[in-house]
Amino acid sequence: MEFTLISLLNGVTYGLLLFMLCGGLTLIFSMMGILNFAHASFYMLGAYLAFQLSAWLGFWPAFFLAPPLVGVAGALVERYGLRRAHRHGHVAELLFTFGLSFLAVEMVQLVWGKAVVDYRVPPSLEGTLFTLYSTSFPVYKGFMMLVSVGMLALLAALLAYTRTGLIIKAALSRPDMMQALGHDVPRIFTLVFAGGAALAGLAGVIGGNAFVTEPGMAAAVGPIVFVVVVVGGLGSLLGAFVASLLIGILQTFMVGWDYSIIDVARLFGMQLHSTSALTRLSLTQLAPIMPYLLMVAILIFRPRGLMGARS
Amino acid sequence: MSFVLSLLSRIGIMTIFALSYNMLLGQTGLLSFGHAVYFGLGSFATLHLLNALVAHGLPVSITLLPLFGGLAGLAFGLLFGFFTTRRAGTTFAMISLGIGEMVASSSLMFPAFFGGEGGITGNRVTGRGLFGIDYGTPLQMYCLIAAWAALCLLLTYGLTQTPLGRLANAVRDNPERVEFIGYSPHSIRYRMVALAGFFAGIAGGLSALQYEIVTAEALSDHLSGLVILMAFVGGTGTFYGPLIGAALVTVLQVAVASVTPAWPFYFGLVFLLIVLYAPGGIAGLLVQHKAVWQAGLLRRLLPAYLVAALPGAAVLLGTVAVVEMAYARGPERGDARLHLLFLPLDARSAVSWVLAAAAIAAGILLLKIASKQVAERWESVHAALAEAPR
Amino acid sequence: MSAAPALRLSGLCKSFGNAVILKGVELTIAKGERHAIIGPNGAGKSTLFDVISARLPASSGSVALNGEDVSGLGPLAIHRRGLSRSFQITNIFPSLTVFDNLRCSVLWSLGYRYSFWNRLARLRDARERAGEVLEQIGLQRRRETLAGVLSYAEQRALEIGITIAGGASVLLLDEPTSGMSRSESDEAVALIRKVTAGKTLVMVEHDMSVVFGLADRISVLVYGQILATGTPAEIRASAVVQEAYLGKSFTHA
Repeated sequence: MEFTLISLLNGVTYGLLLFMLCGGLTLIFSMMGILNFAHASFYMLGAYLAFQLSAWLGFWPAFFLAPPLVGVAGALVERYGLRRAHRHGHVAELLFTFGLSFLAVEMVQLVWGKAVVDYRVPPSLEGTLFTLYSTSFPVYKGFMMLVSVGMLALLAALLAYTRTGLIIKAALSRPDMMQALGHDVPRIFTLVFAGGAALAGLAGVIGGNAFVTEPGMAAAVGPIVFVVVVVGGLGSLLGAFVASLLIGILQTFMVGWDYSIIDVARLFGMQLHSTSALTRLSLTQLAPIMPYLLMVAILIFRPRGLMGARS
Repeated sequence: MSFVLSLLSRIGIMTIFALSYNMLLGQTGLLSFGHAVYFGLGSFATLHLLNALVAHGLPVSITLLPLFGGLAGLAFGLLFGFFTTRRAGTTFAMISLGIGEMVASSSLMFPAFFGGEGGITGNRVTGRGLFGIDYGTPLQMYCLIAAWAALCLLLTYGLTQTPLGRLANAVRDNPERVEFIGYSPHSIRYRMVALAGFFAGIAGGLSALQYEIVTAEALSDHLSGLVILMAFVGGTGTFYGPLIGAALVTVLQVAVASVTPAWPFYFGLVFLLIVLYAPGGIAGLLVQHKAVWQAGLLRRLLPAYLVAALPGAAVLLGTVAVVEMAYARGPERGDARLHLLFLPLDARSAVSWVLAAAAIAAGILLLKIASKQVAERWESVHAALAEAPR
Repeated sequence: MSAAPALRLSGLCKSFGNAVILKGVELTIAKGERHAIIGPNGAGKSTLFDVISARLPASSGSVALNGEDVSGLGPLAIHRRGLSRSFQITNIFPSLTVFDNLRCSVLWSLGYRYSFWNRLARLRDARERAGEVLEQIGLQRRRETLAGVLSYAEQRALEIGITIAGGASVLLLDEPTSGMSRSESDEAVALIRKVTAGKTLVMVEHDMSVVFGLADRISVLVYGQILATGTPAEIRASAVVQEAYLGKSFTHA
């Protein structure tokens, strides 16, 4: 019970953070048809900027400054890189963001080095929020949840009640209609790209100190972000939300469960006696590839994704 | 000598790998981000077979062993390709990445097969050489690689001249129409992925024999990225483009890495520039200029190129200065002073930074003007080419 | 040959969400017939072609090709059973040469499947068949040109060439002369007459001179239903058709 509750809380926290990353990617992918390989790089950039700014100015200024700065970086990338690559087609766009993600890692190493940087949770957010049975739940996790939920509520409100939001929502299901309706498509693209980058940056700001801030952090989360988009389904923010939570919770539980596949089979009344490497694997060991297995399963049984409107 | 041989051997292996990759990107229009999977699995399979044969005292033919790597690549191509090729475009790219990550992360889960962090090792000298060829020397190994590379080159070229090869081009151009000439785009893509897996597996098998060790690095996204770089820099629009790319990138990797630790940064930058400004790669540029040269119009372009070269050099020099100074200042390096060609730079002095930045800014400004010139010249050349009888 | 009609559509319906585009199309087209489908814009002519050729799934109803029910089959299965279509918006392989466009289109019918062991250059029958089609569509001089750089009229001719190359017995041509000048469209009519000799032709066409010049029979599709079917003379004389369609657009068509 204790394990279940705590894992659930941790999983939801992680899932919400994932969604902050994936939400922007889904928006960009659905509207512009661009799979932004460098999206996780914005997450990394957010963490590093927050680290640097909090060293200079303290955590709170960094918390409010870093995401907009990442957003500006996103806008510049869209305006001066992607738009040019777009002339050469989707493959060029994809390769451009691929090269950019590579360059981002090198750039971060150039400035901050290859080692883990000391980006910490601020003292004001340290400590225990509450204790469940014997496990304590840190204040900072509560803060992460609060920020994620708050940001998502704000985003949902923007999408539901502003003119630009409505256009973006319409464009999600029918991207070809946008131009026909006479909207300034390039401007909206830049806006969405910058917004998505800023969201990823915010995820980096609050995730970087909860986990680690290092040059490998983008590569660690990048592929999972794509899995979320595939599993959730193209063009569906809700799908991405559900997939983020699903993957967040599943992965957290699997890391905590030290059962092997034999144990799981016994649970279902099957007696496996094999001593092969496969059956001796524990769920903990399987956790890193779980998202990919899920993706392959989705592709086989439901190629549109959980809630995809289009295939 | 052995340095040259080992470089040539690596070029040979990478040539096969890049050719295999271009069967997908260039010929079928499939952008894969996980091609190292087939290379790596071919590597592991080859070395395991070698070790098993030796352990059981069975006869081993090192000459033919890479074929087994190819078969392993083919088998996994058949397995994974079935899921990945249902869709093309961005979705294919994403799925190939997912499969690549899945295989790469499983490598740590099955240490019995993948050997964990240390990888697995073997010994290619089994003492049963025919005609005294036991592949004990780098030269003999190089000859084996060269022979396989030549064979793969012939086979992959031959493939472009078959019905499947041409239909792959058709799928790349217009998958919808392919269905209305009686073909399934999925089946065509599936076959191409499987065959590309075969050639990647051969490259992996040769790599296993060459280095006598295979680690998870052979499955990694690094290697997948490297082969994209090779194919794209060389040019995916032509058959021989990836050959140029494989040779050039491999040589540069060694050459630039020996001069500066910042080489991955430069590689990334060059890659981005090619994506943005010359998406046909080096081969694409060659093809463009070949037509101009044959028409005897190259003289019209050269002056504009020369004018553009000067600010180009300034931007290059400035960028290199900034990158090198940043590295020198960075946490990994102690000495902030360095020499760039004849220029002494000091990463701690503001003057050096300002000078570098000024070179970049002025260079970019002038380059913009010069590029207009180049574009005008190109237009005149195009006009002249269009008038000339075909 | 059996007596079954080349194409029989029964109760064919297609809707997108709430929008019903085809409302139970009934049509029988005999073997060897040249049949034109006319109708005002938005009547569902292109959708009808898409449903017959399985580019879109039908909502209900059935399609029988040479007596065989082909409902629910995919485009390539239908193509392999002898129905080939062209597209209103040119749909070719732009970076292949004209000759390779045609050669790819004949491969399946000659049984080469997905062969990766035959050399294309050695396949005499494929070369000859593609050469014949090339001659029929009059693009011999453009044989090695990339299809993407052809002129518009040449691309339209190639579009027809790709459609007929596989030797299908039933041909669906979607506005083969759209966007052409008078002289170009006269040439196209001659071309269509030549290449469809002995085959069943169904075409959607807006140009009435083309329709009345080529078709043995004409069907009028209005609001997703066949209003009338008959010979050109009958259609011209039909009061229903006059009222519903021709009366308005005949003059400016």
